[in-house]
Amino acid sequence: MANRVQIRTSSSALIAMIADEDTITGFLLAGVGNVDLRRKTNYLIVDSKTTVKQIEDAFKEFTTREDIGIVLISQYVANMIRFLVDSYNKPIPAILEIPSKDHPYDPAHDSVLSRVKYLFSTESVASGRR
Amino acid sequence: MSGQTQRLNVVPTVTMLGVVKARLVGATRGHALLKKKSDALTVQFRQILKKIVSTKESMGEIMKNSSFALTEAKYVAGENIKHSIRENVHSASLKVRSHTENIAGVKLPKFDYFIDGETKNDLTGLARGGQQIQACRAAYVKSIELLVELATLQTSFLTLDDAIKTTNRRVNALESVVKPRLENTISYIKGELDELEREDFFRLKKIQGYKKRELERQRLSAQAYAEEKVAVDLSLKKGLSLGTAHNMLSQATQKDEDIIF
Repeated sequence: MANRVQIRTSSSALIAMIADEDTITGFLLAGVGNVDLRRKTNYLIVDSKTTVKQIEDAFKEFTTREDIGIVLISQYVANMIRFLVDSYNKPIPAILEIPSKDHPYDPAHDSVLSRVKYLFSTESVASGRR
Repeated sequence: MSGQTQRLNVVPTVTMLGVVKARLVGATRGHALLKKKSDALTVQFRQILKKIVSTKESMGEIMKNSSFALTEAKYVAGENIKHSIRENVHSASLKVRSHTENIAGVKLPKFDYFIDGETKNDLTGLARGGQQIQACRAAYVKSIELLVELATLQTSFLTLDDAIKTTNRRVNALESVVKPRLENTISYIKGELDELEREDFFRLKKIQGYKKRELERQRLSAQAYAEEKVAVDLSLKKGLSLGTAHNMLSQATQKDEDIIF
């Protein structure tokens, strides 16, 4: 009965971001951005020219990197790679869906909340039938 | 998979009966404990779920505020601010720390954020809008705080979900496979022991029957011999043996040559 999944405890982990330009700018201003010696960043700016493949690759890279603890992803970007996000089941790094300027937060599409939709009554916020 | 619960293949002895009974007691106790653990975890789970829903709602609000602050800063300081911010990124000053907490026997991860190193204040000396930029930064730091808390809740949520599923699986396994199997084994052993006892009893009775008949036969033969002996003694007392009297009688029927008539 040993723990099959070991929770990684780290003393300093980065916050990765996959979002639109404005959101990323704001977070960079707060000091979340990190560029290491090999010019690898912990964020990906998604605009109209970014392909789904690039987003997929970035997501996979961020979730396999050892030094990343949280991945923030805009909800409309998450919708583009919904299958990857839904099949992700490791506890660390944590995947968090954030709203963006043009797309307000929609709980019905959140991958975590949709997993427990059955627990909610039909009027609650997470069931999306407000 | 057979629908019927099997029993364990054991030698049906009294010792095995004791062993299997002990295992049944252990299984029952384990089942009760696991059920309690599952209930405790479910309570925690629902609490976390409620917090997650409310936190996500407030996150929507806070992100909106931060976006407004950024728009204000952009308006005041000009569009080029984005590029200067991007150029200014070196190493992250806001990082997260993760450690595990033990809740109801399950290790849940917990994140805290901390400021590592100095925040770069080069931008705030810009000709226009230093104050707006400060305000924008503060708004975003606040949203990061909330997001880190949300990340903690989310990971605990997922871990708890997993733990609850495992525990429930174990409870069901104990209840519907292990315990019936042990109970069947116990009734089988008891049945076999009873049958052995009946066999023994039957064998005993049979042997007793033989012995009795043997005794009876001996008694009868002894009695017959004793009667014969008594008869012989009696005739000897009267002067003849039973045997000679018999001979005389038999000879009388034969012709005696000495007798002329």
